[in-house]
Amino acid sequence: MSSLPTKRAAPGALDVASIRADFPILDLKVSGKPLVYLDNAASSQMPQPVIDRLVRYQKEQHANIHRGVHYLSETATAEFEAARKKLAAFVNAREEREVIFTSGTTESINLVMHGYGRKFIGAGDEIILTTLEHHSNIVPWQMLAEEKGAKIRVVPISDAGELRVDEYEKLFNERTKFVGLSHVSNALGTVNPVKGMVAFAHARGVPVLLDGAQAAPHLTVDVQDLDCDFYAFSGHKLCGPTGIGMLYGKAAQLERMQPFKGGGDMILSVTFEKTTYNTIPHKFEAGTPPIAAAIGLGAAIDYLTNIGMDAIAAHELELLDYATAQVNKLPGVRILGTAEHKAAVLSFVMDGVHPHDVGTLLNEDGIAVRTGHHCAQPVMQRFKVPATSRASFAFYNTMAEVDALVAGIRNVQKVFA
Amino acid sequence: MADSKALYQEVILDHNRKPRNYGALADANHKAEGHNPLCGDHITMALRLDDDRVGAIAFEGESCAICKASASMLTTNVKGKTRDEAEVLIREFRDMATGKLDVATEPHHLGRLTVFGGVRDLPTRVKCAILPWHTLHAALNAAGSASTESEQDPMHAPIGDA
Repeated sequence: MSSLPTKRAAPGALDVASIRADFPILDLKVSGKPLVYLDNAASSQMPQPVIDRLVRYQKEQHANIHRGVHYLSETATAEFEAARKKLAAFVNAREEREVIFTSGTTESINLVMHGYGRKFIGAGDEIILTTLEHHSNIVPWQMLAEEKGAKIRVVPISDAGELRVDEYEKLFNERTKFVGLSHVSNALGTVNPVKGMVAFAHARGVPVLLDGAQAAPHLTVDVQDLDCDFYAFSGHKLCGPTGIGMLYGKAAQLERMQPFKGGGDMILSVTFEKTTYNTIPHKFEAGTPPIAAAIGLGAAIDYLTNIGMDAIAAHELELLDYATAQVNKLPGVRILGTAEHKAAVLSFVMDGVHPHDVGTLLNEDGIAVRTGHHCAQPVMQRFKVPATSRASFAFYNTMAEVDALVAGIRNVQKVFA
Repeated sequence: MADSKALYQEVILDHNRKPRNYGALADANHKAEGHNPLCGDHITMALRLDDDRVGAIAFEGESCAICKASASMLTTNVKGKTRDEAEVLIREFRDMATGKLDVATEPHHLGRLTVFGGVRDLPTRVKCAILPWHTLHAALNAAGSASTESEQDPMHAPIGDA
């Protein structure tokens, strides 16, 4: 026993029972059975402290921000900016002004496409993406490529679902202008070796955006260590509200970019002849933001940080390892995505049973999984399947819930025998 | 609360395991493809109209159990019917699946097809059950292809009016 007191649990030593008591929705019964929520990669659940924070803001602190001189406006502004500070610390940004509030990962990527891509990427230029990307890190770049006459190059993956880094490096040439790369694959759970890939791109003067939607909930993110130019994630996958997320951008990049949306709050002065844009981050935050959601996300960051991202990661890896071992024992069930480094995602297909039938029957046992193409159709095409079933874990899941999933899969096999 | 156990009844599981009239139809004179891009379900419905009557019908494709069983039972129910009778079944099946027709209290011609009534409680699965019927409608009207996401989608627009 260590004699040193610590606020955080040692890795693998989460008090999951007391954590679960913080999440009212986990007491729900579905189809008469206890809810087994394994769709965390789509959206995670919200603990009571975050719910309470949202309520307190609306009851005691709400007004519009960055405007009024009255008490409530100043309070709301201070709380909103305090949330920004928490996000900056969460990803280890150098400065708070490098954190832009967006509606989520999708808007963050679209912001970079419009703000950076439309200004600095032109005809004949090349953008490198990977097979693992979520559609939200594919479609905006395709729209840009179509508009500018630029070209998309795609990094292939191995049978294990790992990026072919050797092929990535071969894609670079003098026309390469941008790299968009997922930190963790949403469909397979692969943790990509992004730090080295960023360094390789930077050595050739190419900026990199990391899609961290599936990484930020599960790993410690350090944007200075990764040295990425942009990092995006969504609040609702981090126990926060929907409609809020963030874009981290290096200050120097954000300064040279053009605004994404025009409107109030993003300006310093407006005449019909000339508008002067506000400084970052406000240049990219036109209009009244979802203030409550931003403050709620700040509370979610506090909640996660208090538990400790390392402890969260360790518990989730235990769940993933156990689930992988149990599912591998089932004949006729195949796991897609067997990368050496994975996070919290178990994607699988069953012989003779379509994923939608799997999902409907698991729901009958109270088990929530995602079925479909996971907005990652290139991954499905790579593995020649129309869809998969995906169980994705959070720190509040238990080994008993993994057992329930395995029993549920056996039941599906029995029904379809 | 949705009761999917009621949906996965033995008759549906049986048609999924051993689909009837599965395969190509060499002398088809009406054919259409149906596609649900959301889940990748893809079926081809081929039939031979003799005058105004469905003389032969077959389907093939990749799909979930609900879609495949629905297609299989469609073929056994539609064979020998006139085009108008088939359109009535298409309309009634669609109305049952979307909750507009209560097969327990209202008159209909669906017979054993009422085993699919449970999909009305599973909104995400309604399209799986309807796709074969949508595709049959396209084949009868020689539209060539059907998609659950097109304007002809029965979830978005009525069919049977063509």
